[in-house]
Amino acid sequence: MSTQGSGRSGGPEGATHEVMVDVDRLRVRLAGSTVDVVDDVSFQVRAGELMGLVGESGSGKTTVALALLGHTRRGLEVAGGTVLVGSTEMVTATKQQLRQLRGAEVAYVPQDPASALNPVLKVGTQLIEVLRAHPDAVAAKALGDPRARVAQTLDEAGLGGVPGLLNAYPHQLSGGQQQRVALAMAFALRPSVIVLDEPTTGLDVTTQRLVLDTVRSLCEAYGVAAVFVSHDLAVVGGLVNRLTVMYAGKVVENGPTALVFGAPAHPYTRKLLRAVPSPERSEALEGIDGQPPHPTRRPRGCEFAPRCPLALPACSEGPVPVVELPGEHLVRCLRTELTARPEASRAEGLSTSTKPRAAQDVLLSASGLSARYGPAEVLSDVGLSVGRNECVAVVGESGSGKTTLARCLVGLHGSWSGEVRFAGEVLPRTADRRSRRELQAMQFIFQNPYTSLNPRSTIGGIVELPLAHFFPSLTRSERDERVSRVLQDVALGPDFSSRYPDQLSGGERQRVAIARALVVSPDLLVCDEITSSLDVSVQATIVELLRRLQAERQLSLLFITHNLALVRSIAQSVLVLSKGRVVESGPVARVFERPEDPYTVRLMEDVPKLPRGGRDSGPGSGPDGRLVAT
Amino acid sequence: MAIVTATGPGPTKPSARRRRAWAVVLLRAASLPRGRFGLAVVGFVVATAVLGPFLAPHSDTASIVAPFSRPSGSALLGGDELGRDVLSRVLNGGWVLLAMATGAMALGVALGSASGIAAAYLRGSWDTVIMRTVDVILAFPQLVFALLLVSIVGPTVWLTVLAVGFSHAPQVARVMRSAALDVSERDFVKAVELLGVKRRKIMAKEILPNLISPLMVESGLRMTYSVVIIAGLSFLGFGQPPPAPNWGTMINENRIGLVLNPWAVIVPAALIALLTIGINTWTDAVARVAIGIDREAETATMLELPSVVGEL
Repeated sequence: MSTQGSGRSGGPEGATHEVMVDVDRLRVRLAGSTVDVVDDVSFQVRAGELMGLVGESGSGKTTVALALLGHTRRGLEVAGGTVLVGSTEMVTATKQQLRQLRGAEVAYVPQDPASALNPVLKVGTQLIEVLRAHPDAVAAKALGDPRARVAQTLDEAGLGGVPGLLNAYPHQLSGGQQQRVALAMAFALRPSVIVLDEPTTGLDVTTQRLVLDTVRSLCEAYGVAAVFVSHDLAVVGGLVNRLTVMYAGKVVENGPTALVFGAPAHPYTRKLLRAVPSPERSEALEGIDGQPPHPTRRPRGCEFAPRCPLALPACSEGPVPVVELPGEHLVRCLRTELTARPEASRAEGLSTSTKPRAAQDVLLSASGLSARYGPAEVLSDVGLSVGRNECVAVVGESGSGKTTLARCLVGLHGSWSGEVRFAGEVLPRTADRRSRRELQAMQFIFQNPYTSLNPRSTIGGIVELPLAHFFPSLTRSERDERVSRVLQDVALGPDFSSRYPDQLSGGERQRVAIARALVVSPDLLVCDEITSSLDVSVQATIVELLRRLQAERQLSLLFITHNLALVRSIAQSVLVLSKGRVVESGPVARVFERPEDPYTVRLMEDVPKLPRGGRDSGPGSGPDGRLVAT
Repeated sequence: MAIVTATGPGPTKPSARRRRAWAVVLLRAASLPRGRFGLAVVGFVVATAVLGPFLAPHSDTASIVAPFSRPSGSALLGGDELGRDVLSRVLNGGWVLLAMATGAMALGVALGSASGIAAAYLRGSWDTVIMRTVDVILAFPQLVFALLLVSIVGPTVWLTVLAVGFSHAPQVARVMRSAALDVSERDFVKAVELLGVKRRKIMAKEILPNLISPLMVESGLRMTYSVVIIAGLSFLGFGQPPPAPNWGTMINENRIGLVLNPWAVIVPAALIALLTIGINTWTDAVARVAIGIDREAETATMLELPSVVGEL
C-alpha cells in the first residue's frame, strides 16, 4: 500500500529484523494493454516473518507471488513499481542475476509437488542439482559438501528418518513426502526469502498440518522471510504473523494476523471471514453476493464498492487511499470509522434437530456395500442410510473412497456388491438398468462445474434437457416456465438462460448444475464435493442455497466432502470414511464434539480453524449490524 | 476482435445469435492473412468451375482447330488431342470434379465421424470391431483402395464418389475417435447418461457439438484429398467416360502433346493444384484459429478469470 514506507514504525518484533521483501506500488498488466491484473500492491516482509497473501480466484495473489521471483506468466508484464528482495531489484534484474538469485536467495514452493518434481530423476539427484547449480552460494554460505547438505536439509524438512529416500523416485513418495521434498529443495541453499504457493492444497488435513509445522519451524529457525499464498483463511490463520488480503488486484487490508482476524477493518475481509465454515460450531454461512470484477471492467474507485453494504457514492468516485489504523494495520477503505468497531457475531446455533427417525422415513439405505476398481477394493462393507428431508454428510480424506461411494449409489460405477435400497426398493447396479422414476428421484451433482456443463449448450438448454427427458408430455412453454422458475430458485436471473457456460463464474456454473438437478423435482440430491473447486465466499452461498432448498423442497441430501468444517454447517448426520471403511457415524454434533474413533479424533484435531477472534469479537451491533443482515 | 471484418462463407447477420461455435471459428479464420489467401484462391477456382460453363466460347466437344495447335485467336489456349478448344473444356471440366469431391468429402467425413465417435463413446467390442476394420482398410494406400472399388463397380460418377468417400472414412474415423475419447470422459456426458438418455442421442447432441473444430479441419483436409484422388482416378481413366471434359482426364488425354501445346496440360493441372493449395491454406487457418481459441481459454484459466472468448 502506498502509505507505508517511512510512515511505518517498527513493530514489536519487526524492529530488530531486517526487511527482506519490499514490494512497492507493483503494477502488472496484460502485456501490451492497459488492463491491470495487479495494481498498487505494496507490502514488506521482515526476516523470520511469515506473511500470508490471501485472496480469492483472480485476486492476483499468484501474480504477486511470482513477481517476487522476478517472473511474470505468459501474457503478463510488470508495468510499474519495485520488488526488492534483499538488496536486489527483481523487476530490472538481468536473466543472469535472476538465475543466481532464484534458489539461492529467493526460493519457490509450488502448489503441486507431484508435477513440480521430475518423475524420472531420483529425489537425491534433484536435491543435489539445486546445490550444484549454485556453487557460489554454497561456498558463500559455507554449506559444505553438497551430499552432506542434502542429508541435512532432508533432516530439517522432517524426512531424516525415511530410509532410501535419496534413491527413491517421486512417485514412490506420498503427497506429503513429496511436498516436504519440495520444501527441502527450497530450503537447501538457506534462502532469505521463500515463496509458498498454496503448498498444502492437495493434501489431506493431517498431512497438511505436518507440512505447515515444517514450514513454520524452518522459517523460524533460519530467519527466513516467507510469503505464504493461500485462498484458505483457516490454514493461513494458524500459521502466519501478518496477513495481506487482496481483492481484484489490490491490497485491501494488511496487518498482524490477530488484528486482521480479530478486528477486520475492510468490509471484504469481514465478509470473507464470515464465509469460512467452522468445525467447532454449527452456524449459517454468509456468502458475498455478486462476483469480483473482471480486470477489463474494474470500477474506477474501490473495486469492492459494488458488492459492499457500506459503500458510499464517494467510494466509486476515485482511487481509495490507504488508511493506517493502530498496530501497523493498513486498510484501503473510506469507511473505517464504521468498520473499526467490533461487529456483531454471526448467527449461531442453527437448528440441527436430529430427532430419531422411524424406519419408514428412510429414503436411501445401503448395506454391505463393497466396491472395486480392477483388483483394488476401494470400499468395503459400507452401510448408510439417509432419511427423508435429512442431510447426511460423508467425510473422508483423499483416497477414502467417498467419491466412489457416491458413484456407486447413483449408478456411475458398476463393479460393486451389496444392497442399495431407494424408497424401499432395491436399486439395480448401474444407471442404465434403473427405471426412469428411479433415475429422476435421485440426482447427482458433480464436483467440478467446469466440466459438468456442456460448453456448447446454452444454460437454458442444459437445464431443459432432463425436464424434456423425464416429462415428455410438457409443452414447450410449460418447460420454459419451469426452467425459468428453477433458475430463479438458484438465484440466477432469467437472462442466464441464453448464456453459455464459459460466460459464467464457477459459482454460477455450480448453481446451474444444481438447477439441472432440481428441475425434475428429485427426492434426493447426491452432491460430490460440489464446493471444492469454488472460492470460500462462493462456497458459502452455495451451501446456504442448498440448505434453503432442502427446507423448501423437503429434499434429502447426501453431501460428500473432505471439508469437515463444512459438514457442521449443512448436515444433520455424518459418516466418516477411512480407507474404504466407515469408522464412525452419527449425528453431527455428537461426532464432532465427542468423536469416538481415534481416526476421527485425529481428524478433528488437525482441521485448521480460524483463530477464535475471527468471528465473535464482541456482542455489539451498531450501524454496521447491516453487514450481518445482508 | 477481427470478427467485424468477417468475409467468411455463409450469411452472418450481426444480430444473429452470437457464437455458433463453427461461425466464430470460420469468421476468425477468414480474418487471418492465410485464411484470406486460401479463400481467395479457392474462390477463384470455384468461380472458374461454376461460372465456366456459361462463359465457354465454344462447345466442349466440337473440334474447331487442328489437334494440339498452339493458342490462337479462335482458341485462346490452343487445341487438344482432337482439336477441341482447351479453354472451353477447362471451363466446362471443373464443376463435375468439384461436385464429386464435395460429395466424397461429405460422405467420408460423415461416415468417418459417425464410426469414430461410436468407437470412442461405446468402447468395448464396438471400438475393437470399428478400429480394427479401420486398420485393415488403412493398410491399403487410399488411391489403390479407391481404384480397387472403382475397378470392381466400374467408372460411374456416383460410384466413384462412393468409393472415394468410403476410402476417406477410416482416416476420419481415427482422428475423430481420438478427439471424441477426451470429450466422452467429461462429466457433462456422464450427467446426461445419468438421466437415462439414449446413447445415440448423447453422441449426436452432447459429443458431436464439441468436436466442431477437428471436424472442420478434417473436412478441409479430406476435400483436398478428394480433389486429388478423383482427378487422379480420372487421369487413370476411371473418371467420366471420354467425351466429357474433366481436368483430371484432360491431363491424361493431352500429355502426349505436351511439347506441341503444353497449355492443354498446364492449365487443368494448375487449377487442381490451386484448388488443393487454397483449401489447404484455408484449413490451416481454421486449425490455427481452433487452437488459438483453446489457448485463449487457457490464458483465462491461468489468470483464473471467466473466459471472454466470444464476448469480444
